[in-house]
Amino acid sequence: MQFLRNIFDNLRPNFEQGGKFEKYYKGFEAMETFAFTPGHTAHKGAHIRDAIDLKRTMFLVVIALVPSLLFGMWNTGHQYYLSIGELTGLGEGFLDKFIFGAIRVLPIVVVSYAVGLGIEFAIAIKNNHSVNEGYLVSGMLIPLVLPSEIPLWMVAVATAFAVVIGKEVFGGTGMNILNPALTARAFLFFAYPTKLSGNAVWIPQESGMAGVDGYTGETLLSQAYNAPAGSNFGSVAYDAAGQQYGSLADTLWASFWGWIPGSIGETSVFAILLGAAILIFTGIGSWRIMLSFLVGGITMSLIFNAWGANAFMSVHPLQQLMMGSFMFGMVFMATDPVSAAQTVTGKWIYGFLAGFLGIMIRVFNPAYPEGIMMAILFMNVMAPLIDHYVVEANINRRLKRAKVAA
Amino acid sequence: MPKNVRIRKGADIKLVGAAERVKGEAPFSSSFAIKPTDFHGLTPKLVVKEGDEVKAGSVLFFNKDNEHVKFTSPVSGEVVEVVRGAKRKILEVRIVPDQDQKFEQFYVSDLSTAEKVKSVLMSSGMWAMIRQRPYDVMANPHLKPKAIFISAFDSAPLGPDYDFILHGQQEAFQKGLDALALLTDGKVHLTTRGGSTADATFTQAKGVEHNTITGPHPAGNVGIQIHHIDPINKGEIVWTISAQNVALMGRFLLTGKVDLKKTIALAGSEIEKPRYLTTWVGASMKSIVEGQMKDGDNRIISGNVLTGDASSLDGYLGFFHDVVTVIPEGNEPQFMGWLAPNFHKFSLSRSYFSWLNPGKKYKLNTNMNGEDRAFVVTGQYEAVLPMDIYPVQLIKSIMTNDLDKMENLGIYEVIPEDFALCEYACTSKTNVQSILRNGLDVAMKELG
Repeated sequence: MQFLRNIFDNLRPNFEQGGKFEKYYKGFEAMETFAFTPGHTAHKGAHIRDAIDLKRTMFLVVIALVPSLLFGMWNTGHQYYLSIGELTGLGEGFLDKFIFGAIRVLPIVVVSYAVGLGIEFAIAIKNNHSVNEGYLVSGMLIPLVLPSEIPLWMVAVATAFAVVIGKEVFGGTGMNILNPALTARAFLFFAYPTKLSGNAVWIPQESGMAGVDGYTGETLLSQAYNAPAGSNFGSVAYDAAGQQYGSLADTLWASFWGWIPGSIGETSVFAILLGAAILIFTGIGSWRIMLSFLVGGITMSLIFNAWGANAFMSVHPLQQLMMGSFMFGMVFMATDPVSAAQTVTGKWIYGFLAGFLGIMIRVFNPAYPEGIMMAILFMNVMAPLIDHYVVEANINRRLKRAKVAA
Repeated sequence: MPKNVRIRKGADIKLVGAAERVKGEAPFSSSFAIKPTDFHGLTPKLVVKEGDEVKAGSVLFFNKDNEHVKFTSPVSGEVVEVVRGAKRKILEVRIVPDQDQKFEQFYVSDLSTAEKVKSVLMSSGMWAMIRQRPYDVMANPHLKPKAIFISAFDSAPLGPDYDFILHGQQEAFQKGLDALALLTDGKVHLTTRGGSTADATFTQAKGVEHNTITGPHPAGNVGIQIHHIDPINKGEIVWTISAQNVALMGRFLLTGKVDLKKTIALAGSEIEKPRYLTTWVGASMKSIVEGQMKDGDNRIISGNVLTGDASSLDGYLGFFHDVVTVIPEGNEPQFMGWLAPNFHKFSLSRSYFSWLNPGKKYKLNTNMNGEDRAFVVTGQYEAVLPMDIYPVQLIKSIMTNDLDKMENLGIYEVIPEDFALCEYACTSKTNVQSILRNGLDVAMKELG
């Protein structure tokens, strides 16, 4: 790697003080530290430092997202072929489906990274601060929470909005209140609702091509939302080709593996759980938030079950958790350490309420049957308040101890 | 009531180069120095000038805020240089020793009251060994602490083993304890490691409260012990002193001579034969490490790898340090270091592979392993700080200079060494210890 080292060493004078591109130093630094972990040493305090840094942390989150991304590519193709009635078997045309999906999905990923990193670099150079690695994750999360039919320019606009308004106005990574990826999604959701909800956006629809008989393009959530009162959702649900699953077990099976319509990365519970395993094992994602989020979701589902005013309320708790973005939100969105609660007790409360409210909003939402995004964003806003009270409790404990001693 | 504390949070970082329990002798140093900077917050007032002859125990300088608190020479010889830094701040008072050591004789036969003990400790320079909390400063002789705490072990990576160092020094240690007991109305707490038997010097000590603490580092930090045994509340004062300094103090009180010969650990992966050495307070680094190090670019640390001071061959052993550690410098860039498997690196998280082999000892260097970033990852500090304190919130309150918050969050319970593991673990490479030191200084100035 000496030749690469030489390139950087040769370029460096141009970017250092007095050099031609002095003001672009932070951009150069980002590139250089990406290629070479710098040789700077600890001078103050601890002389040895843990091997972990933010690059490694963010890189591991991206790794954890890869199963969802790959599955999303295949599923985009699979849903498309289902809708036109060709290659409908799961094992059929694997490569066709994957390539079809990749052609749809990769441009979204590229646009998200290009726009987001472009803005990050520009702002870092302008404000003379180091480029933060946070966007490596956001840039992957944004495509995964969007439908594959989203126009690329919308991805670009939403990304710009998320990076600038969601993050940089607060001071960059580490300072933001809302999860940037969800901010992007929320922006699109309110600005272009027809491109992010309804039945037409989840499955690629080539112009002039009619679907097979019975094709509606509905997601499971939307089916549950529209299910007639008294019907048993699990057995009436159907897939993109209009084929009924037949039983709750079959519906659960399909949503566990994820061959159902939905946003690119959200459908496969299996792929998400693989990511969760990586996050929990490496200690990067908070298992406390994930667990309490899950418990919150189950609790609300059970309450709805007991209430049972309509078919949506009566959906089996497991099915509630496996549909829509519940699992994806739980593993990748709610656990964002910057926008989540930061204290241990706070994490339990935050996760529980996010899961609880997520299912509540999903079922009560009059316009659109999903609520995880809203619930997490809401809890992002509430997280500092939760932490505040947790820390206050600590302060009071300390004061009380002083009084007892005195 | 003696307490047996068990802590779970914390971490033992296993390093190559622990000192073998063999005692050697460092060559008599050809130069000594006392560094006023070792005593945080001290404004020294010099009483010697270059060329003066001093004995072991002769006053070199005193505390400007309390002229009775003296700082004395560890050896007899000639003051050869007063090293000054910016604004003529005194950094070192250097002494070249005589071949035959001469000692000042102090009157130590009557130690019946606290006042008499204080007076002889202050005039002999031994008072400087006592530290005061809150704020980690020199003990103020006008105050009476609610308790005095002594940790009988050092749990830091490659820390010295006091059971070995103080073996056979029972008499001196007890003498020191007796004197300390006069200085407080409360108890003198001596805390040993739970689950193992300490040396008789500790177990047979009288007039103290014998506590134990079990768990990973920082169990040996006296601050953690105070927090679990008798925490410092607002307005309370606690004194601490290291185990070896108790024995040095005791030896002085037995003989009336300032004889600061002590045992230190010489450790680290870049030491040929890690072991224990007898040397003197203020000895030159050269006398301790020259000829002992492996070749290469090395970091010489006076103290342990988490809290010590970077030194050089021209430096001197820190006043409070009982270990000298030498590790490799880490100033080589690494290609894609964040992506490489890095089997030679250690991480408390499982983002590298060190979890595969929990018993392995590592040869760690001084590389930062990353760049400074804003706080992103949460829960890391909490996992290595066994105290009911919110470390990140406390550090942030210091960064924003929010005095009320600092006080409420318990800044008077902690000193930088307690946060050393937080600094080690930090993904964002925040210099936690120096931030905390600043916070303590601000709090001391504003809150008194």
